[in-house]
Amino acid sequence: MDLVIARPEGLYCPPGDFYIDPWRPVSRAVITHAHGDHARTGMGHYLAAEPGAGILHARLGRDIDLQALRYGERVEHHGVTLSLHPAGHVLGSAQVRLEYRGEVWVASGDYKVEPDGTCAPFEPVRCHTFITESTFGLPIYRWQPQARIFAEIDAWWRQNQAAGRASVLFCYAFGKAQRILHGIDASIGPILGHGSMEPLHQVYRDAGVALPPTLYAGDVAKNDPLLRQALILAPPSAGGSSWMRRFGEYGDAFASGWMMLRGTRRRRGVDRGFVLSDHADWPGLLWAIEQTGAERVFVTHGSVAVLVRHLRERGLDAQGFDTEYGDEDETPADTESES
Amino acid sequence: MKAFAELYARLDATTSSNAKLAALQDYFRSAPPDDAAWAVYFLAGGRPRQLVPTRQLRELAMATAGLPEWLFEESYAAVGDLAETIALLLPESEHLSEEGLATWVEERLLPLRGLPPAELAERLPPLWAQLDRQALMVGIKLITGAFRVGVSKLLVTRALASLAGLDAKRVAQRLVGYTDLSHRPTAAGYLRLIAAESADEHAQRGGQPYPFFLAHALQLPVERFDEVLGPVEDWQVEWKWDGIRVQLVKRDGRLWVWSRGEELIGERFPELQVLAERLPDGTVLDGELVAWLHAPDQAPPQQALLTPPDQQNGQDEQAPRYGIQPFALLQQRIGRKTLSKKLLETVPAAVLAYDLLEWQDEDWRNRPQHERRARLETVVAACAEPRLMCSPRLEAGSWEALAEQRAASRALGVEGMMLKARDALYGVGRTKDMGIWWKWKVDPFSVDAVLVYAQRGHGRRASLYTDYTFAVWDGPPGASERSLVPFAKAYSGLTDEEMRRVDAIVRKTTVEKFGPVRSVTPTLVFELGFEGIALSKRHKSGIAVRFPRMLRWRHDKPVEEADTLAHLQDLLR
Repeated sequence: MDLVIARPEGLYCPPGDFYIDPWRPVSRAVITHAHGDHARTGMGHYLAAEPGAGILHARLGRDIDLQALRYGERVEHHGVTLSLHPAGHVLGSAQVRLEYRGEVWVASGDYKVEPDGTCAPFEPVRCHTFITESTFGLPIYRWQPQARIFAEIDAWWRQNQAAGRASVLFCYAFGKAQRILHGIDASIGPILGHGSMEPLHQVYRDAGVALPPTLYAGDVAKNDPLLRQALILAPPSAGGSSWMRRFGEYGDAFASGWMMLRGTRRRRGVDRGFVLSDHADWPGLLWAIEQTGAERVFVTHGSVAVLVRHLRERGLDAQGFDTEYGDEDETPADTESES
Repeated sequence: MKAFAELYARLDATTSSNAKLAALQDYFRSAPPDDAAWAVYFLAGGRPRQLVPTRQLRELAMATAGLPEWLFEESYAAVGDLAETIALLLPESEHLSEEGLATWVEERLLPLRGLPPAELAERLPPLWAQLDRQALMVGIKLITGAFRVGVSKLLVTRALASLAGLDAKRVAQRLVGYTDLSHRPTAAGYLRLIAAESADEHAQRGGQPYPFFLAHALQLPVERFDEVLGPVEDWQVEWKWDGIRVQLVKRDGRLWVWSRGEELIGERFPELQVLAERLPDGTVLDGELVAWLHAPDQAPPQQALLTPPDQQNGQDEQAPRYGIQPFALLQQRIGRKTLSKKLLETVPAAVLAYDLLEWQDEDWRNRPQHERRARLETVVAACAEPRLMCSPRLEAGSWEALAEQRAASRALGVEGMMLKARDALYGVGRTKDMGIWWKWKVDPFSVDAVLVYAQRGHGRRASLYTDYTFAVWDGPPGASERSLVPFAKAYSGLTDEEMRRVDAIVRKTTVEKFGPVRSVTPTLVFELGFEGIALSKRHKSGIAVRFPRMLRWRHDKPVEEADTLAHLQDLLR
């Protein structure tokens, strides 16, 4: 029996009568993580991993009906045993393990295999059937160790300082921003954040993640010389807005897995692209799939067709799942999706 | 190699000319002359012939990366650049090579040309393993001959000039011919580029041409011409010919024919060699090489050119064009491997001269336009060779009267007019400081066409569907069973925002995928502009258009109301 099927409302567990990351309002929703395309408003009841509860409340409202589970804690619902396991994507991100009559399925949500210190690291879970994302499902995507990327960011920041200009780094507000804060050398200079990021930084700090102090960019006067020394984290949507004017002369950069390609880098129109993703790269996807021991794999959002074909050629029973988490094949870097 | 790859990355990362200039200066300041020699060559547009056939390069890359062909192709489609794709797919290496660009090019890359596949399979992977990803991509681009980075020759010129403390025009002069295929960059050659100016340097030697002076596009309603350009009397006006811009250099008893791309193209036009005997040494002419409608012995007298055709011979309906054949024919003269006797007869070449750059060994570029023109006319007249004519001067009492003459451009087979300030000196490249040339082109042809296929773009458009094939109907509206006939491909003219919207629609309306191409349900109509139209046996529609591009998105037009093939055929007349 299939424990998860694709329905117009989202991925659905028939025996348990609940959905995983549904995109239309349903009564019971299991949420893998709090990014906008996975956690939506309007669900009757939410179930999510405990470290992500704060973010979900911040984004979906204080009054949602949310049940939080510790990683590994098991609950049973209509005979289906459910537990959540770290996905290493962002704070509180989880893979959903479902067990029913001896059959085990795992839905990964989004995941990243390299530990980063801002959330519980990805933990492979053995299963018969694995549902995997495929955001970066092409062999061209192979990440460098993050320490090297952070060193590049540090060097770029120092160069800008030496030239007397601010460093504006565009990154997704939830997950990427905190990971960068955690990873860079905060002794280089002051760090400023866009207004949309500060509450999220606070949730991470409250969860015990070590982040250096940050200033709210709006509190710094327009021509304050401090700006010339500062690193400013801003969401991609702030690019080209009047908000940017306050920084005077600045160098800009964008941190995303999509920056792997020259084309997307140039389309962004920033000085630098740092290849830093909170998704698994191609070797990461293949490693994670292998670790589960699954013989059957469903592939969602990203390079579905490519990953399915590749897995089939390796003898796995693979097929695509149509979801609304991303485009059917490659997602252009222009979308404001987390990456 | 590493330093050059870093320069490439810096140039590639920015759109600011100042930042690029700084990157170039930094590089040339520290690069050894032999490396710098090659860097100038590549950056200024020099392209050695492809060193390894693409097919073999792909196969070796696939084998080295351990990937099946379909996965390689999927990757290529997402990246949109072959060298970059290969660099991303090959196993990553630390940068081990200490050798510079010159060593790499001369000792490792150039010797690859013509090697048998088995030999390449042995040599290439060990080379790849010495380069990090950045240098690897640059290295592969040098191998494929597709090296391009957003730097103009002018910027390279400025970088070298500032470093050497020279006038940029002097460096430009020295750079002419530097990127010619027959030229091999050397340290000594580079040092000559940046050497202090010698007293007798202005005396040109050999077949060296001058840097071309380029025109700017004029987009202004004619009512504003008086205000912006001043009185029409201050301008020398000519037709804008649809041909190849050339410089004829006659020195030492020889004639060199240079194209604007600074390639020597004399071999393709042997009939021009007669000018070697007729022009005196120390003469350099600037003009347009065109395909001439009549064989030279039947050429119309010079005077005919000076008069629009409706006044040439009122009864002669057979010669509506200005003696010029479509550019497509001229392309055959360049494109065909061998020049058949027939081709030489059916597409004879002639030069319409419009400027005199050197006369009696003297550089005339710093004399005013009208003075150069007056002397040009006597030089051409003295030459008395029908294959060399003066591009006629167009006279009019007002800009409005000129605009009326310009309306006849299409019928005459010209692209519009050239306006040259009478007192302009002959500048270098697209400069405006010595005087100015305007090209005042006629509006392009335009048709409303339907988007039927889409392909992902390259470079910054990689992974977006931005390259489109357009079709027109093969029957009038209401005709039963009419269908869409593809006739042109276009990929420019849309804003980034429009590109994204079209991309989304292409994905939603895909009917079939063939490799990187998708066919779509016809829903989008665009106004396409193009510069020329000609019959073609190679196209299904029977028509080939020149420089097609999207002028605007016709949101207002249903697919049924797009233009027809009959409409295109009308434009041919």
